Amino acid sequence: MASNNGKENNKIQKVSIVISRGSLDGVYPGLIMANGARMDGIEANLFFTFWGLEAIMKKRYDKIKVATVGNPAMHIPSLIGILPGMSWLATKKMLKEMDKLDIPPVPEFIEMIHDAGAHLYACKATVDMFHLSKDDFVPQVEDIINVGTFYDLAAGGQIIFT
Amino acid sequence: MPVEVFNQKQVEVDEEGFLVNPQDWSEDIAVEIARKEGIPELTEEHWKVIRFMRKEYFENGQIPTIRRLKNSGVVSVKDLYRLFPGGPAKKAAKIAGLHKPQGCV
Repeated sequence: MASNNGKENNKIQKVSIVISRGSLDGVYPGLIMANGARMDGIEANLFFTFWGLEAIMKKRYDKIKVATVGNPAMHIPSLIGILPGMSWLATKKMLKEMDKLDIPPVPEFIEMIHDAGAHLYACKATVDMFHLSKDDFVPQVEDIINVGTFYDLAAGGQIIFT
Repeated sequence: MPVEVFNQKQVEVDEEGFLVNPQDWSEDIAVEIARKEGIPELTEEHWKVIRFMRKEYFENGQIPTIRRLKNSGVVSVKDLYRLFPGGPAKKAAKIAGLHKPQGCV
Protein backbone atom coordinates (compact mmCIF):
# COMPACT_ATOMS: atom_id res chain seq x y z
CA MET A 1 0.00 0.00 0.00
CA ALA A 2 1.28 3.45 -0.86
CA SER A 3 2.14 5.69 2.05
CA ASN A 4 4.35 8.70 2.45
CA ASN A 5 5.85 7.13 5.58
CA GLY A 6 5.62 10.40 7.40
CA LYS A 7 7.73 12.32 4.89
CA GLU A 8 5.71 15.47 5.30
CA ASN A 9 8.30 17.54 3.41
CA ASN A 10 7.51 15.62 0.26
CA LYS A 11 3.83 16.40 0.44
CA ILE A 12 2.37 18.30 -2.51
CA GLN A 13 1.03 21.63 -1.22
CA LYS A 14 -0.96 22.86 -4.20
CA VAL A 15 -2.29 21.58 -7.53
CA SER A 16 -3.78 23.54 -10.41
CA ILE A 17 -5.74 21.32 -12.75
CA VAL A 18 -6.74 22.24 -16.30
CA ILE A 19 -9.87 20.54 -17.67
CA SER A 20 -9.94 20.97 -21.44
CA ARG A 21 -12.36 18.29 -22.63
CA GLY A 22 -16.13 18.15 -22.48
CA SER A 23 -16.93 14.44 -22.45
CA LEU A 24 -17.71 12.57 -19.26
CA ASP A 25 -14.39 10.73 -19.40
CA GLY A 26 -12.68 14.02 -20.21
CA VAL A 27 -14.15 15.85 -17.23
CA TYR A 28 -14.10 13.28 -14.42
CA PRO A 29 -10.36 12.66 -13.95
CA GLY A 30 -9.76 16.35 -13.24
CA LEU A 31 -12.73 16.55 -10.88
CA ILE A 32 -11.64 13.45 -8.98
CA MET A 33 -8.08 14.74 -8.70
CA ALA A 34 -9.22 18.16 -7.45
CA ASN A 35 -11.57 16.63 -4.91
CA GLY A 36 -8.91 14.13 -3.85
CA ALA A 37 -6.44 16.97 -3.36
CA ARG A 38 -8.82 18.77 -1.00
CA MET A 39 -9.47 15.50 0.85
CA ASP A 40 -5.75 15.38 1.56
CA GLY A 41 -5.48 18.98 2.64
CA ILE A 42 -3.90 20.07 -0.65
CA GLU A 43 -4.86 23.45 -2.08
CA ALA A 44 -6.65 23.01 -5.44
CA ASN A 45 -7.44 25.28 -8.40
CA LEU A 46 -9.56 24.13 -11.34
CA PHE A 47 -9.20 25.92 -14.66
CA PHE A 48 -11.85 25.03 -17.25
CA THR A 49 -10.89 25.74 -20.83
CA PHE A 50 -12.19 24.90 -24.32
CA TRP A 51 -14.77 22.07 -24.21
CA GLY A 52 -14.06 21.69 -20.51
CA LEU A 53 -16.27 24.75 -19.97
CA GLU A 54 -19.28 22.47 -20.49
CA ALA A 55 -18.69 21.13 -16.97
CA ILE A 56 -19.43 24.52 -15.40
CA MET A 57 -22.12 25.84 -17.75
CA LYS A 58 -25.57 26.08 -16.19
CA LYS A 59 -27.31 24.73 -19.29
CA ARG A 60 -24.82 21.98 -20.03
CA TYR A 61 -23.27 20.56 -16.89
CA ASP A 62 -26.02 18.05 -16.24
CA LYS A 63 -25.86 16.77 -19.82
CA ILE A 64 -22.22 15.71 -20.12
CA LYS A 65 -21.94 12.48 -22.12
CA VAL A 66 -19.54 9.68 -22.87
CA ALA A 67 -18.32 9.80 -26.50
CA THR A 68 -19.01 6.44 -28.14
CA VAL A 69 -17.30 7.28 -31.42
CA GLY A 70 -13.56 7.46 -32.02
CA ASN A 71 -12.59 5.82 -28.76
CA PRO A 72 -11.06 2.37 -29.35
CA ALA A 73 -10.97 1.65 -25.61
CA MET A 74 -14.79 1.65 -25.55
CA HIS A 75 -14.71 -1.48 -27.76
CA ILE A 76 -17.74 -0.23 -29.63
CA PRO A 77 -17.26 -0.15 -33.42
CA SER A 78 -17.67 3.45 -34.63
CA LEU A 79 -20.51 2.42 -36.96
CA ILE A 80 -22.46 1.21 -33.94
CA GLY A 81 -21.31 4.13 -31.79
CA ILE A 82 -23.05 6.59 -34.10
CA LEU A 83 -26.46 4.97 -33.61
CA PRO A 84 -28.99 7.15 -31.78
CA GLY A 85 -29.05 6.48 -28.06
CA MET A 86 -25.63 4.80 -27.87
CA SER A 87 -23.96 7.72 -26.14
CA TRP A 88 -26.95 8.09 -23.83
CA LEU A 89 -26.78 4.40 -22.93
CA ALA A 90 -23.03 4.39 -22.32
CA THR A 91 -23.35 7.53 -20.20
CA LYS A 92 -26.17 6.08 -18.13
CA LYS A 93 -24.22 2.89 -17.50
CA MET A 94 -21.06 4.73 -16.52
CA LEU A 95 -22.89 7.12 -14.16
CA LYS A 96 -24.57 4.15 -12.51
CA GLU A 97 -21.25 2.41 -11.90
CA MET A 98 -19.74 5.63 -10.57
CA ASP A 99 -22.68 6.17 -8.25
CA LYS A 100 -21.92 2.78 -6.67
CA LEU A 101 -18.48 4.15 -5.79
CA ASP A 102 -20.09 7.33 -4.45
CA ILE A 103 -18.66 9.38 -7.32
CA PRO A 104 -21.36 12.02 -7.83
CA PRO A 105 -22.85 13.30 -11.10
CA VAL A 106 -21.12 16.42 -12.46
CA PRO A 107 -23.41 19.11 -10.90
CA GLU A 108 -23.22 17.55 -7.42
CA PHE A 109 -19.48 17.01 -7.80
CA ILE A 110 -18.87 20.64 -8.80
CA GLU A 111 -20.77 21.78 -5.70
CA MET A 112 -18.88 19.35 -3.45
CA ILE A 113 -15.48 20.39 -4.82
CA HIS A 114 -16.35 24.06 -4.33
CA ASP A 115 -17.62 23.45 -0.79
CA ALA A 116 -14.42 21.51 -0.09
CA GLY A 117 -12.55 24.76 -0.66
CA ALA A 118 -11.24 24.30 -4.21
CA HIS A 119 -11.28 27.33 -6.53
CA LEU A 120 -13.00 27.15 -9.92
CA TYR A 121 -12.15 29.40 -12.87
CA ALA A 122 -13.22 29.73 -16.50
CA CYS A 123 -10.71 30.46 -19.26
CA LYS A 124 -11.11 33.96 -20.69
CA ALA A 125 -9.95 33.14 -24.23
CA THR A 126 -12.55 30.38 -24.58
CA VAL A 127 -15.28 32.49 -22.95
CA ASP A 128 -14.59 35.24 -25.50
CA MET A 129 -14.40 32.80 -28.39
CA PHE A 130 -17.79 31.26 -27.55
CA HIS A 131 -19.31 34.67 -26.67
CA LEU A 132 -20.11 33.60 -23.13
CA SER A 133 -20.37 35.65 -19.93
CA LYS A 134 -20.29 35.02 -16.17
CA ASP A 135 -24.08 34.45 -16.24
CA ASP A 136 -23.60 31.31 -18.32
CA PHE A 137 -21.69 29.67 -15.51
CA VAL A 138 -22.74 28.03 -12.26
CA PRO A 139 -22.25 30.19 -9.13
CA GLN A 140 -19.36 28.04 -7.93
CA VAL A 141 -17.19 29.60 -10.63
CA GLU A 142 -15.22 32.38 -8.95
CA ASP A 143 -13.98 34.26 -11.97
CA ILE A 144 -13.11 34.31 -15.64
CA ILE A 145 -9.34 34.57 -15.84
CA ASN A 146 -6.64 34.69 -18.50
CA VAL A 147 -3.72 32.33 -18.75
CA GLY A 148 -1.34 34.74 -17.02
CA THR A 149 -3.58 34.92 -13.97
CA PHE A 150 -3.82 31.13 -14.03
CA TYR A 151 -0.02 30.88 -13.81
CA ASP A 152 -0.01 33.42 -10.97
CA LEU A 153 -2.53 31.29 -9.06
CA ALA A 154 -0.61 28.11 -9.85
CA ALA A 155 2.73 29.55 -8.70
CA GLY A 156 4.60 27.32 -6.29
CA GLY A 157 2.40 24.30 -7.02
CA GLN A 158 1.95 21.55 -9.57
CA ILE A 159 0.05 21.98 -12.84
CA ILE A 160 -1.93 19.06 -14.27
CA PHE A 161 -3.44 19.20 -17.76
CA THR A 162 -6.36 16.93 -18.57
CA MET B 1 2.32 -3.74 14.56
CA PRO B 2 3.08 -0.57 16.51
CA VAL B 3 1.26 0.03 19.74
CA GLU B 4 0.08 3.30 21.22
CA VAL B 5 -0.88 3.91 24.81
CA PHE B 6 -4.18 5.66 25.44
CA ASN B 7 -5.21 6.15 29.06
CA GLN B 8 -2.64 3.58 30.15
CA LYS B 9 -4.21 1.03 27.82
CA GLN B 10 -2.13 -0.43 25.00
CA VAL B 11 -3.87 -0.29 21.64
CA GLU B 12 -2.62 -1.67 18.31
CA VAL B 13 -2.33 0.93 15.55
CA ASP B 14 -1.04 0.88 11.97
CA GLU B 15 1.95 2.87 10.70
CA GLU B 16 -0.16 6.01 10.36
CA GLY B 17 -1.85 5.73 13.73
CA PHE B 18 -5.21 4.26 12.66
CA LEU B 19 -6.57 1.70 15.16
CA VAL B 20 -6.16 -1.87 13.93
CA ASN B 21 -9.26 -3.07 15.80
CA PRO B 22 -12.20 -0.64 15.77
CA GLN B 23 -13.49 -2.46 18.87
CA ASP B 24 -10.56 -1.06 20.88
CA TRP B 25 -12.04 2.41 20.47
CA SER B 26 -13.57 4.47 23.27
CA GLU B 27 -14.66 8.09 23.54
CA ASP B 28 -11.56 8.82 25.62
CA ILE B 29 -9.35 7.40 22.87
CA ALA B 30 -11.19 9.57 20.33
CA VAL B 31 -10.40 12.68 22.35
CA GLU B 32 -6.70 11.73 22.50
CA ILE B 33 -6.44 10.95 18.78
CA ALA B 34 -8.22 14.23 17.99
CA ARG B 35 -5.67 16.19 20.03
CA LYS B 36 -2.81 14.53 18.14
CA GLU B 37 -4.57 15.50 14.90
CA GLY B 38 -4.72 19.12 15.98
CA ILE B 39 -8.33 19.23 17.14
CA PRO B 40 -8.13 20.41 20.78
CA GLU B 41 -11.76 19.74 21.64
CA LEU B 42 -14.45 17.48 20.20
CA THR B 43 -17.75 19.34 20.06
CA GLU B 44 -21.23 17.90 19.60
CA GLU B 45 -20.82 18.55 15.86
CA HIS B 46 -17.72 16.35 15.79
CA TRP B 47 -19.40 13.60 17.80
CA LYS B 48 -22.33 13.53 15.41
CA VAL B 49 -19.96 12.72 12.53
CA ILE B 50 -17.93 10.24 14.58
CA ARG B 51 -20.99 8.34 15.82
CA PHE B 52 -22.47 8.16 12.32
CA MET B 53 -19.21 6.83 10.89
CA ARG B 54 -19.00 4.07 13.47
CA LYS B 55 -22.66 3.18 13.05
CA GLU B 56 -22.28 2.90 9.27
CA TYR B 57 -19.09 0.90 9.61
CA PHE B 58 -20.58 -1.67 11.95
CA GLU B 59 -23.86 -1.89 10.02
CA ASN B 60 -22.49 -1.98 6.46
CA GLY B 61 -18.82 -2.76 6.90
CA GLN B 62 -17.95 0.40 5.00
CA ILE B 63 -16.48 3.70 6.09
CA PRO B 64 -18.84 6.37 4.74
CA THR B 65 -17.51 8.69 2.04
CA ILE B 66 -17.81 12.47 2.24
CA ARG B 67 -20.73 12.25 -0.19
CA ARG B 68 -22.47 9.70 2.02
CA LEU B 69 -21.99 11.93 5.07
CA LYS B 70 -23.38 14.89 3.12
CA ASN B 71 -26.37 13.07 1.61
CA SER B 72 -27.29 11.48 4.94
CA GLY B 73 -27.82 14.96 6.31
CA VAL B 74 -25.22 14.38 9.03
CA VAL B 75 -22.94 17.24 8.06
CA SER B 76 -22.45 19.58 5.11
CA VAL B 77 -19.25 19.39 3.07
CA LYS B 78 -18.26 22.88 4.22
CA ASP B 79 -18.78 22.00 7.89
CA LEU B 80 -16.93 18.70 7.52
CA TYR B 81 -13.87 20.54 6.23
CA ARG B 82 -14.21 23.09 9.02
CA LEU B 83 -14.54 20.44 11.75
CA PHE B 84 -11.71 18.21 10.51
CA PRO B 85 -9.31 20.56 8.75
CA GLY B 86 -6.60 19.22 6.44
CA GLY B 87 -8.20 15.92 5.46
CA PRO B 88 -11.72 15.40 6.75
CA ALA B 89 -12.47 11.82 5.66
CA LYS B 90 -9.19 10.42 6.94
CA LYS B 91 -9.13 12.44 10.17
CA ALA B 92 -12.73 11.63 11.05
CA ALA B 93 -12.14 7.93 10.37
CA LYS B 94 -9.00 7.97 12.50
CA ILE B 95 -10.73 9.67 15.41
CA ALA B 96 -13.66 7.27 15.03
CA GLY B 97 -11.21 4.38 15.48
CA LEU B 98 -11.73 3.05 11.93
CA HIS B 99 -9.26 2.10 9.20
CA LYS B 100 -7.88 4.55 6.69
CA PRO B 101 -10.52 5.09 3.96
CA GLN B 102 -9.38 3.53 0.69
CA GLY B 103 -11.78 5.12 -1.83
CA CYS B 104 -10.86 7.93 -4.24
CA VAL B 105 -13.76 10.18 -3.28
